[in-house]
Amino acid sequence: MKLRIGLGSCGLAAGAQTVKDSLEAELLNQGIDIKVQPAGCVGMCHHEPLLDIIDDNGQIFTYGHIDEKNIKEIIEEHIVAGRPVEKHLVHSSRQPNDFLNGQLKIALRNCGIINPEVISDYMEQGGYKALEKALKQSPKDIIEEIKRSGLRGRGGAGFPTWFKWEAARNNPGEVKYVICNADEGDPGAFMDRSLLESDPHSILEGMAIAAYAIGASQGIIYCRAEYPLAIKRLETAINQAREKGLLGENIFNHNFSFDIRIKKGAGAFVCGEETALIASLEGERGMPRLKPPFPAESGYWGRPSNINNVETLANVPWIIANGGEAFAAHGSEKSKGTKVFALAGKIKNGGLIEVPMGLSLKEIIYQIGGGIKADRAFKAVQLGGPSGGCIPASLLDISVDYESITSTGAIMGSGGMVVMDDTTCMVDVARFFLDFTCKESCGKCVQCRIGTKRMLEILERICDGKGRAGDIELLEEIGQKVKEGSLCGLGQSAPNPVLTTIKYFRDEYEAHINDKTCPAKYCKALIEYRIDPEKCKGCNLCAKKCPVNCISGEKKQPYIIDQQRCIKCGNCLEVCPTKFSAVILEGGGGEA
Amino acid sequence: MNCCCQYKSREEIFSQDNIDLGLIKAVLEKYRGDKGNLITVLQEAQEVYGYLPLSVLKHIADVFELKPAQVYGVATFYTQFRLTPVGKYLILLCQGTACHVNGSERIETVLLEELKIKPGETTADGLFTLSNVACLGCCSLAPVMMINGQAYGPLTTDRAVKIIKDLKAREISEGGEPA
Repeated sequence: MKLRIGLGSCGLAAGAQTVKDSLEAELLNQGIDIKVQPAGCVGMCHHEPLLDIIDDNGQIFTYGHIDEKNIKEIIEEHIVAGRPVEKHLVHSSRQPNDFLNGQLKIALRNCGIINPEVISDYMEQGGYKALEKALKQSPKDIIEEIKRSGLRGRGGAGFPTWFKWEAARNNPGEVKYVICNADEGDPGAFMDRSLLESDPHSILEGMAIAAYAIGASQGIIYCRAEYPLAIKRLETAINQAREKGLLGENIFNHNFSFDIRIKKGAGAFVCGEETALIASLEGERGMPRLKPPFPAESGYWGRPSNINNVETLANVPWIIANGGEAFAAHGSEKSKGTKVFALAGKIKNGGLIEVPMGLSLKEIIYQIGGGIKADRAFKAVQLGGPSGGCIPASLLDISVDYESITSTGAIMGSGGMVVMDDTTCMVDVARFFLDFTCKESCGKCVQCRIGTKRMLEILERICDGKGRAGDIELLEEIGQKVKEGSLCGLGQSAPNPVLTTIKYFRDEYEAHINDKTCPAKYCKALIEYRIDPEKCKGCNLCAKKCPVNCISGEKKQPYIIDQQRCIKCGNCLEVCPTKFSAVILEGGGGEA
Repeated sequence: MNCCCQYKSREEIFSQDNIDLGLIKAVLEKYRGDKGNLITVLQEAQEVYGYLPLSVLKHIADVFELKPAQVYGVATFYTQFRLTPVGKYLILLCQGTACHVNGSERIETVLLEELKIKPGETTADGLFTLSNVACLGCCSLAPVMMINGQAYGPLTTDRAVKIIKDLKAREISEGGEPA
C-alpha cells in the first residue's frame, strides 16, 4: 500500500502540509509503517487537500477535503481494515469521477503521480528515455518528428513549434540558447505553475531535446518570482539532473553538452512577450522591440535563441517517446494534441484539466467542470486572460481549438478559463481587464499607453453610472486603433475583452448608459442594499458587522441602512441569516 | 508620476536614510561585472532590506557602472520592487480574474475600511501593508489573500475582517513585540 498527498501550491494553501504532518504522526502512533509520499497537483483543486491510497493491486482511492478529523477514520477503516470510506472518496479506479474521466493527460502525465523532488520517480515513468532516444537521431529528424506531431506553442499565439526550432537551428552562431518562458502572468491561469511544481524534470528534458535539435548549449528558465515553490523544485531538479549526468558535458556519452539556469522574473505581464523577456533577462526594463529580427536570429545577447512555453516543452518528451503521429492522433484538424486549461471562477469543479483539442466548451464546463456554482445561470466564459475575450452561452457548442476560438474574437491564450454567471457584470469584467492591461502596458507605444488609459476612463465612467451616448462607439474606435498601432501582443490584444463584451453583451452596456442600471447588480454606483422591514427581525447582526456602522435600529425592530454612508461592501447581505433573508440587493434606476 | 527628487539636491536624497550599504557587499561581489544580473541584484537587495532604499539603488548603480536613472527605471518598472518599507504583515490581496468574479473587490472595500488605508499603503502603526496583486495562482480558493506567505481562502467579507482583527488582537496581547 502506498500513500500520496498533493503538495502543490493550491494543496498547501488548503492546508495539505498540516494534514500530512498529522497523518504521519497518526500512522506512527498506530505503529503503521507506511511512508507518505509527497506529490504534485493532480488538478482537482476543488477537493484539496487530497490523499491517495494506492493498494497492492494498483487501485487508486482518492480522498478529498482531508482534515485532521477524518484522517483517523480513514486510517482505521481503510488502511487498517481495508474498507474504503465511501463518504470521503472523491475518486477511485473503480468509480472514476467525471472530472478526471473526461481528460487525456499528456503534458500533465506525471502531475500528482510522482514525487517532483525525486528524479528516480520521474525516471521510473520513462523520464529521460526520450532524451536518450533523441540523441541517437539527427537534430533534423527531431524537428521532423515535432513537425509530424503538429505541436503548436501553448503560450498563446499557437505558432508551430518545429518552425521556431528550425529557424533557430538554421541561424549560424557559436552559442545558442533555449529559453523556457515560465512567466505566467495571466490572472486566472496557473497551468505552468502546476506543471513546474509537479513535474519539473519533464520541462528540463523538453529543453534538452530542444537544445539538441537547434544546437544550443545553454538553457535559461525565466520563471515568475511569485512562484517560489516552482523555483525551489526546479532548482532541486536541475541539481539532480546534473548529478546523474543528464545535464552537463557529454550527455549519454554523446557529443552534446547542455546546462540550465533559472532567472527570476520580477513581475511584469509584458515579459511574456519574447523580446521583452529577453530585455528582462539582460537586466533591462522589459520593453518589447520590433520583430524582425526574431529571437531565432538575434535573441539573448544578440545570439540565436529559441523561446518555448512550459506546457509546450512538457509535451516534447512524450512526442519523442511515442512519436509525432501518436500526438497528432488527438485533437482537431489544425490543432493537434491536448491543451491544459485552468478552470476557475463560478464553476463547481475548479482546477487544472487537460483535454484533447476539439472538445466543445459545453463539454468542458458542464461534464468536466460540473456546471455552475450553486446552479446559477451560465453567462460567459473568459478565455485567454487580458488578451482574450468573453464567449457567451450561445456559442457554448464551439470546438476548443485555435481557429474556432479566434473566430469568436477571443483567443486560446495560455489556457485560463474563467467561468462567469448571471451575477457577473460584463462591463465590469471589461473594465477589470483594461485596468490590468493599462497598468501593465510598458508605455512604449502611444496607442497602447494612452489608448488603454482612455478606454479605461470610459469604462469606469460607464460603471459609475455616468456613461454617455456614443461611449460604445468610441470604445470600439479607440479599441481598433490600439490594436493597429501597438508593437507587441499586449497592445494588439488589449482591447479584446472590451470588443468581445460589446459584441456579445451590448445590451448590458446600453443598460448602464441609458437606464443607469447594472443588470447583474454588481456595479457599486448602480446598486443599493436595503433592509425589508417586513422580513427584518431586528437581530442586530448586520449592524454589528457593518464596517462603517451605517446600519441602525432598535433591537427586535426593523433596521435601516443609511445609504449616504453605505460603502456597498455587501457584508450585511452575507451575514443576514438565511431564515430572515431581510437584506435585499436592488439594481439602480428605482426598479426592484 | 512625480519626480523622485522633489526639488531636493541629489546628496540630500541619497543620504536621507541610515542604510548600511555593507549588508549587500557579498551580493554585489557575486554579480558585479555583468549588468544582465541587475534584476537579480535588486531582488536580493530587497530581500536584505525589505525594500529598495534610494541610497541602495545609487550604490548599485555605482558598483555596476550604470546611471542611477537606469537602475531607478528598472526598479520602478517591475511590480516586485518596493521603494518604501512595508508593514510587519504584508497582505497580498489577489485581484486575479477568478477572485474578481468571486467578489475580491468587496473584500478590498472592507479591508481598506478596517485598516483605514488606501491600496499599497501601510497603517500608521507599521503593522499592515495592503497590496493588490494580479494573481496568486490558487484560483480554486478564490477569493484569496496571502499574509506573510500564508494563504487564506475562500474569503468572505466577514472572514477577511476577522483575520485582520485576530492579528491585531495577537499584536496587542504580545505587547507589540516583533514575532
